[in-house]
Amino acid sequence: MATLRDVKVGESCSVARLAGTGALKRRIMDMGLTKGTRVYVRKVAPLGDPIELTVRGYELSIRKEEAASVEVTDVHRGEA
Amino acid sequence: MAETIIGLAGNPNCGKTTLFNELTGSNGYVGNWPGVTVEKKQAAWRANRDVTFVDLPGIYSLSPYTPEEVVSRDYVVRERPDALINLVDVTNLERNLYLTTQLLEAGRPVVVGLNMCDLLKERGDVVDAAKLSEMLGVPVVEVSALRNTNLDELVNKAVAAGRAGRVQPGARCFSPEVEEALGKIAGIIASSCDAELSRWYSIKVFERDAEAIKALALTKAQLAEAEKVIKAVESARDDDAESIITSERYDWIAGVMEACVRKAPKKLSMSERIDRVVTNRVLGLPIFAVVMVLVYYIAVSTVGTWGTDWANDGVFGDGWLWNPADQAAFETATEEYDAGFYGDKIDGFLAAAEEAGIATDDVSAAVETLAEDPEDADAQAALSAFVAEAEAAGVTATDVPMHDGDGNFIDSNDEVVTRIDAEGNPVLADGQELAVIDTVTAADFEQAVAAQESAPALEDYGSFVPSIPSVIEGWLAAAGASEFVSALVLDGIVAGVGAVLGFIPQMLVLFVMLCFLEDCGYMSRVAFVMDRVFRRFGLSGKSFIPMLISSGCGVPGVMATKTIENEKDRRMTAMLTTMIPCGAKTPIIALVMGVLIGGSDAWWVAPMFYFLGLAAIIVSALMLKKTRMFAGDPAPFVMELPDYHFPTLKSWWLHVWERISAYLKKATTIIFAASVVVWFLLEFGFANWAGGNGAFGFLSLMDGAPEYYTDYSLLAIVGNAIAWIFAPLGADSWQAAAASINALIAKENLVSTFGVIYGIGDATENSVTMWSGFAGMFTDASGILHVGAMCAFVAFNMLDAPCFAAIGTIRRQMDSPKWFWFAIGYQCVFAWVVGLIINQLWELFALGNFGVWTVVAFVLLAAMVFQIARPMPKDETADEKILSSLSESAA
Repeated sequence: MATLRDVKVGESCSVARLAGTGALKRRIMDMGLTKGTRVYVRKVAPLGDPIELTVRGYELSIRKEEAASVEVTDVHRGEA
Repeated sequence: MAETIIGLAGNPNCGKTTLFNELTGSNGYVGNWPGVTVEKKQAAWRANRDVTFVDLPGIYSLSPYTPEEVVSRDYVVRERPDALINLVDVTNLERNLYLTTQLLEAGRPVVVGLNMCDLLKERGDVVDAAKLSEMLGVPVVEVSALRNTNLDELVNKAVAAGRAGRVQPGARCFSPEVEEALGKIAGIIASSCDAELSRWYSIKVFERDAEAIKALALTKAQLAEAEKVIKAVESARDDDAESIITSERYDWIAGVMEACVRKAPKKLSMSERIDRVVTNRVLGLPIFAVVMVLVYYIAVSTVGTWGTDWANDGVFGDGWLWNPADQAAFETATEEYDAGFYGDKIDGFLAAAEEAGIATDDVSAAVETLAEDPEDADAQAALSAFVAEAEAAGVTATDVPMHDGDGNFIDSNDEVVTRIDAEGNPVLADGQELAVIDTVTAADFEQAVAAQESAPALEDYGSFVPSIPSVIEGWLAAAGASEFVSALVLDGIVAGVGAVLGFIPQMLVLFVMLCFLEDCGYMSRVAFVMDRVFRRFGLSGKSFIPMLISSGCGVPGVMATKTIENEKDRRMTAMLTTMIPCGAKTPIIALVMGVLIGGSDAWWVAPMFYFLGLAAIIVSALMLKKTRMFAGDPAPFVMELPDYHFPTLKSWWLHVWERISAYLKKATTIIFAASVVVWFLLEFGFANWAGGNGAFGFLSLMDGAPEYYTDYSLLAIVGNAIAWIFAPLGADSWQAAAASINALIAKENLVSTFGVIYGIGDATENSVTMWSGFAGMFTDASGILHVGAMCAFVAFNMLDAPCFAAIGTIRRQMDSPKWFWFAIGYQCVFAWVVGLIINQLWELFALGNFGVWTVVAFVLLAAMVFQIARPMPKDETADEKILSSLSESAA
């Protein structure tokens, strides 16, 4: 399954499942990336990592490594 | 009326700090929560001192994973404040309400404040506060913390709720199956917990939150029963309990958003437009570089340094001129005076007279007296007599060498002559010519003596403000204080206080900028841009700023670590950032370079020392992150990038003041005490000089004490006692140890201490005499200069514990004796090991010396390489906070 890491800048997707456990998983969910949430990948940092997302109406930055634990579906271009 | 305590909770960037400052006037107590470097603030309400606010850290959730969140939930559940105010940023309502749903469960009366409603209106969105209040089941007040709107109403509602003591049932935000399971768990644990906290603990048991339910001390039977209930829900949902709870909160909030919020069509906001440029893939790094250079330039190289120089050299030095025109005039006059080379003429002529057989003792004294008081009749008489005698003998000095401001010989090209022989005579290279005054006649001499009096002095200018020490000195003299009391007050106490206060101007400049960057939202972008670089070393993107600042001064550098959210990153950065050479260490660099290459002009010299500092930080970070103290919970970089906004002047200033007053309150004691102790060690000792009686006392006032009495001080005794520590580093003299101790007051003292110890007085790091004195310490009997030992000694003093001011700041930042001593201990041990390796490797490769310490050096080097290279140790404690099965907690 595709992960958030594979989603390109300018594309959006839906969160399908969160892999991993513990602090990282909880933190990602606490910030609003729960099952079914729409996520838009807004940009990538100048050095290629981390990435910036729009989720639940605000901007969230997350490392690619961590984005890899977020499985996504329904990827298409554009916001929403 | 009894005291009412109200906790302020909310997300980071929701305006909570502004609210707290607005309510309390920011005269609060600022400290750290016990055991963690998380800030704790507490203060009384301005309108009613019986109401106390406790500002909880800005958090997104009440999970067990970060120190901020643990501190907050422990406070709410254990300390039981009378009520909670939950401040919510309406422009980001959805995520803010997530914390609200958790606060509602904590069994305390809650009042929700909707902040930034004005911003929302600008956007055109509408929030139905009444509907929101109905759905949350608690009072909701629309406020603006910035404009102080409705804040009294918010607090009054909270106070009323707190005094009534009635806890609202709050929202039921979970699905029927989960609510049913929670009901069952509530029944199971009913006998073990307070009714008010029944819902809180039911949910925590459901999440299997080990830390939270430890307090309940549930029996095996209770746990097994609860586990059955949880398992049933988990298998029905095919998800773990913690995720089910989190998802359902957000699902419920989505429903609330639908019912209460009407969004206007989305436009590209100002903030988004700024961000497009600022963190742009191409422009992001250049803009970052420009911002950093600007911060550095203003805080470290220009305004900040002027501030520090003014405070140290003016207010606590020789006094200062408030009128810049006077200052310019003073500088011109000084330059003109220096160009006369009066001192050289006087010295040259006196030497010539002595050669001609004329006694010069009386006239030397007279010249000194006349410099102070040109009207002194006795001295004038002595001078005239001498001049008459010299003229009669036809004395004329020829080829008198000229000296620069540092007392160095200069050549005909105005360059410093960088080599002198053992007698202090200049050693010239081929084709180099000494700059000399061709002839000095008796008339020239007389004129030079007269000119001395015209030496420009600060106090001759109208805008002169005397320095604090001189004012106090005046008072002490007027009060008839003894010389000992004066020395204690001036050199011990005033100098110690000056060391603390001298940093204030620079810190002010720095924090005005840093607080702006933080408040406007750019600081998060710094982390966003730099994360890639720093996380390799186990540090945060925000570690960059403290290190940059530390190249100017470690005190504000350590203070700047406050902006790092993650506690481990913050501690690590505070520990390591002072390894970057600060301004006070540059004289030491200049000294070494003087010895090695005869001057510090080579462009690559200073960068090399910064590189040493940077390498030390990277190596340390790589080693430390694999130790028990720093390993453990991984620090996820999942970070909000808040909207840009321009902070108000008031909140900006309060933020700056908060940082500076915290430094003043907490760091001063240690700096002050330590400075007095070192002063005592330096000034007291035993009269063991030739003809001394061996008695203990205040050296400078004892009979027959030599001018440079440090050899007999307690510092020398301490230096001797610990000299063995430095022996493997190649500097086994008490002087090296004593200088290192004295350098703790201020790093540049290392240079002046050598001046005192070697009796070269106020020679500076740019003096050739100082270079040869310093080199002498590392030169053995056969005349070999041990470069390795010298570099080891310097490296030690660059990397070891910083000056007391920075040490005090580290203590304030860590606010934990364990961490403080760990930091200082690590710095010293690491510095020693680096020094050992440098010295032993040089001895081995340059001189072929091999010994026990060579082996030790290689072993330590190998240990360091191993620690860096070995894989990250597995951390077994990471997931103990949430259990995979409740039966584990009974075991």
